[in-house]
Order: sequence, then structure tokens, then C-alpha cells
Amino acid sequence: MNRIHAVLDSFGSAVTLAWRAFASLPSAPRILKRTAEHGYYGGYTTLPIVTILSFFIGAVLALQAGITMRNFGAKDLIGILVGASMARELGPVMVAILLAGRVGSAVTAELASMKVYQEIDALETMNIPPPRLLVLPRLLAVLVVMPVLTIAGNIVGWFGGAIVCHSVSFISVSPEAYFNSITRYLEMQDILDGLIKAEIFGFVVMLIACNTGLRTRGGPREIGFAVTKSVVTSLIAILVLDYFITKALA
Amino acid sequence: MTAPDKKTARFSVMREDRSPVGVELAHLEKRYGTQTVLHDISLSVAPGEIFTIMGPSGSGKSVLLRHIAGLETATSGTVTINGHDPRLPETRDRFALALVFQAGALFNSFTVYENLALYLLEHRICPKGEIRDRVMRILKILSLEGAALKLPSELSGGMKKRVAVARALVMEPQLILYDEPTSELDPIMSATIAELIATLKEQFTVTTIVVSHDRDLALTISDRVAVLHQGRLRTVEPPAALRQSADPVIRDFLNPQIDLRNPRFKKLEASYE
Ligand SMILES: Nc1ncnc2c1ncn2[C@@H]1O[C@H](COP(=O)(O)OP(=O)(O)OP(=O)(O)O)[C@@H](O)[C@H]1O
Ligand SMILES: [Mg+2]
Repeated sequence: MNRIHAVLDSFGSAVTLAWRAFASLPSAPRILKRTAEHGYYGGYTTLPIVTILSFFIGAVLALQAGITMRNFGAKDLIGILVGASMARELGPVMVAILLAGRVGSAVTAELASMKVYQEIDALETMNIPPPRLLVLPRLLAVLVVMPVLTIAGNIVGWFGGAIVCHSVSFISVSPEAYFNSITRYLEMQDILDGLIKAEIFGFVVMLIACNTGLRTRGGPREIGFAVTKSVVTSLIAILVLDYFITKALA
Repeated sequence: MTAPDKKTARFSVMREDRSPVGVELAHLEKRYGTQTVLHDISLSVAPGEIFTIMGPSGSGKSVLLRHIAGLETATSGTVTINGHDPRLPETRDRFALALVFQAGALFNSFTVYENLALYLLEHRICPKGEIRDRVMRILKILSLEGAALKLPSELSGGMKKRVAVARALVMEPQLILYDEPTSELDPIMSATIAELIATLKEQFTVTTIVVSHDRDLALTISDRVAVLHQGRLRTVEPPAALRQSADPVIRDFLNPQIDLRNPRFKKLEASYE
């Protein structure tokens, strides 16, 4: 019972936080610089790992598809299989998970330590609302960065698949045939659906990270707990949301 | 203050006026769990007054200041600033208030300069060039001009305290709350801060509440001194009257004798067994 109450409580405070952050949107021109910094930092730190993981996810997808198709002979479908899985599902989910681990955890740690060391209190007394100064730029930045990361992930993943198809002897699909399959069957809508997912995931991950950080109470140990909590909550939220968004977009 | 142009008007604090504010506490009570930290505190601080709160460690002074700053919600009773609840954003828009935290509460990822400039930038108080002048002037007064580009982690304890004081002063608030502004400073710097607090009152229209153990500071610059003891107000008096007080708690607090023959801790130890 207490647990349910706690979950509802943090859900409520996250919604309030988002509301308060966006209520200060009229001040957006002023936070442009900060938004750009967060966006640059988030994108810059996440991009390398996104490309590495996407490459291998694309490669493994192609390999698995190749193994299965070996007996069915539908090899020209490997391209679209990799392409659509990446664009609709694995790209956005993977980027969101990496964002939670890489950026979300850092944001929670930073805000939690600001809370514990009374920096948030200091902002309150200076009449600088923390949602405006600390949360809004991060939410805006993540909305800019997510599509970029997702598209980068998709493209690298497709190439990973292409390389496997070309070089594994029992598959041996030429890059032309592979990309032909993608361009023929993959629709713009598949990519857009993936980007919508990515935006929602990114927003939710960042909101959870900020909210968990700002709700921290106590000392250094609680900062550690907050980071763990932020990442775990984000992962659960991503996978649960994924189901419902997929259903809604179907 | 010049009339705000359109650009600044949108974001800047729209202070109704710059007259000093009065603070009123009525039957304030604060409990944390089962512990009652503040018992039935009623007092009023007049506009423009320098009001000092003294009292032993743990008597609830910081908690009291946090209530006045609107950072805590009282268990019962009320705190008002010119009749307004300090916890509400509208009140913060109306009156500029600064709190010098006991532990500094500096923004650790900002330099000293950025710590001071943040308020002025966020509220568009003045143009960039003027911000620089204002910040550097305060830093100079507190002998911090060499530290402007340092991060708080690169400062000594006393320097952090001075930055905290500087950050409050640069706001030019109408109500300024100091939590032990001189606790980590050498005697000369303590005197400087005491002088600064007193001068500020003459230059600007500011109401000052100081929490301090510093007897010299309390008795020289204050208009009135409150003594807090175990969460209760023991007395509120002008410094001259306080010096003459017959209350043994206050006398012992103001003039503690170091008694090597009969040390206090021995008594406490004895009572523990
Ligand atoms: N957030 C809190 N939760 C629980 N108890 C608290 C909290 N803040 C303060 N207290 C308790 O309130 C009492 C008064 O604390 P406070 O910080 O006001 O003391 P103080 O008079 O400022 O002491 P000092 O001179 O040492 O700074 C202490 O017993 C402290 O343990
Ligand atoms: Mg204190």
C-alpha cells in the first residue's frame, strides 16, 4: 500500500515538475545557451556508445535473420527485417536505455547533490525556480538530441547488418540487394514512429532523472540511492511505455 | 532604480517598492518527528532593524531562519513578511530576500563570479557591464577579488563563508538573513563583516536578522538581541539591557568562564553514570 502510494506520489511530482518547467517556457530565449550546452554534452557523451551498440545490434539482427532464412530462402527480406526492427523498435529503445545510463544518472546525481547541499534551497530564496533553471533546459535539450541519436543509431545499425550480410558466407547478400530491400519496403512512417517513440522515451527519462534528483533528502548515501532509483525507474518506464506506444501506433 | 524597459520588464522582479520589510512570527512551533525544535515563538522585527538571534548550538536558530526564508513549513503558527507568507512565490516576487546559509550553500559547479552574478542575470536586474562592476566591487570589499574565477571546492572555509555573504549582498535585498556570518573568519574579517552589516542598514533600506555566536558583533551592531534556549525565546532586549541581564543562562552564555579546576564536561560525565 505504501509502495503504491510512493509510486503515485513520485508520478504526481514528476507531472508537476514538467508543468512548472514548461510554465517558464516564455523565458526560453534566455536559456538557449544552457539548452545548447546540455544538448551538446548529452549528445556528445552518448553518441560513441550509441554507434558501437547500434553496429552490433544491426549485425546480430542480420546474423539471426540469416540463420533463420537459410532454410526458407527469403534472403531478400533480411534488409527490411533489420531496417524495420532498428527503426521502429531497437533504435529508440537502445538510445533511451543508453541515455538513462549515461545522462540520466549524471543528471540525477548532480541535482541530488545540489538538493542535499542546500543549493536548491539557495535558488528558492533567490526566487530562481529550479524547474526553470535546471529542468527546462534539460528537457528541451533531450528533445533535440533524441532524434539525432536515433537516426545515427539506425544508420549505423543498417550498415552493421549490411556488412554481416555481405561477409558471412551462408548469407552472402550483396549490399545492393540489402539496401534495395530497405528502400523498397521500409516506409517513412516506420522511421517517424521510431522518432516519436524516441522523443517520448527521452523526455520521460530526463523527467524521471530530474524529479528523482530534486526529491532526494538526506546525505551522500541518498545521492547514490537516487541515481540507482532514477536508472531503474527509467528502464521500467521505457519498456512499459514501449508496449503502449507500439500499440497506439499500430 | 531606472524605469525598466520592455525587455527587462518581462523577467525582472517586480518589486512593489524598495521600502524595508517587517517580519512577524506568531506562535511558531516546529516539530521533526517527536522532537519539538521550536516552541511557541512570537516576535516581530521592525522594518530597517538589525535583529540578532543568539543561543547555544542546537537551540533551533537555523531552523528559525529557514522558516523566515520560507524554506520550511511550520507545524503550527505563522511567519509573515509584511503580512505575506514567505513560502509563496508571489511573496518572493514582491520582496527580495537573501539568506546566508550556515554551510554556505554555494553553487558548486559555478565559479565564485558566477555564484554572485546568477541572481542579477536571472532577474535581469542590470546590464552585463554593470553586473560585472557590482560583483567585483563586493568581491573587493570582502578581499575575494583574486578568487573570482575559482570554484567553491578550491576555497578555504572562511573564503566560502565570505562568498556566501557576498552572494547575498550583491542582491541588494530588502530582507537579509545571516546564519553565523562570522563563524569561520579571523577577527579582522569578522569586524569587517560587522561593519558591513551596520553600514548596509544606513545605505540601503534593509531589514537584517543575524544568527550569531559572536558576542562582539551581536552587542555592537544590533538594535535588539533575542536569546533562544532549547527552542524557546528566553528574552528579546536591546544589547545594553542584555549586558545587565540577571538571567543565569544569559549571563553564562555571554561570559562563559573557562574553569580548569571544575570543568563542565566532568559534571556532564558524572550525570551520565
Ligand atoms: N531537517 C531536520 N530534521 C530533523 N531535525 C532537525 C532538522 N533540522 C534541524 N533539526 C534539529 O533541530 C535542532 C535545532 O537545529 P538548528 O540547526 O536550528 O540549531 P542551531 O541553533 O542553528 O545550532 P548551531 O548553532 O549549531 O548552528 C537540532 O536538534 C537538530 O537536530
Ligand atoms: Mg545553525
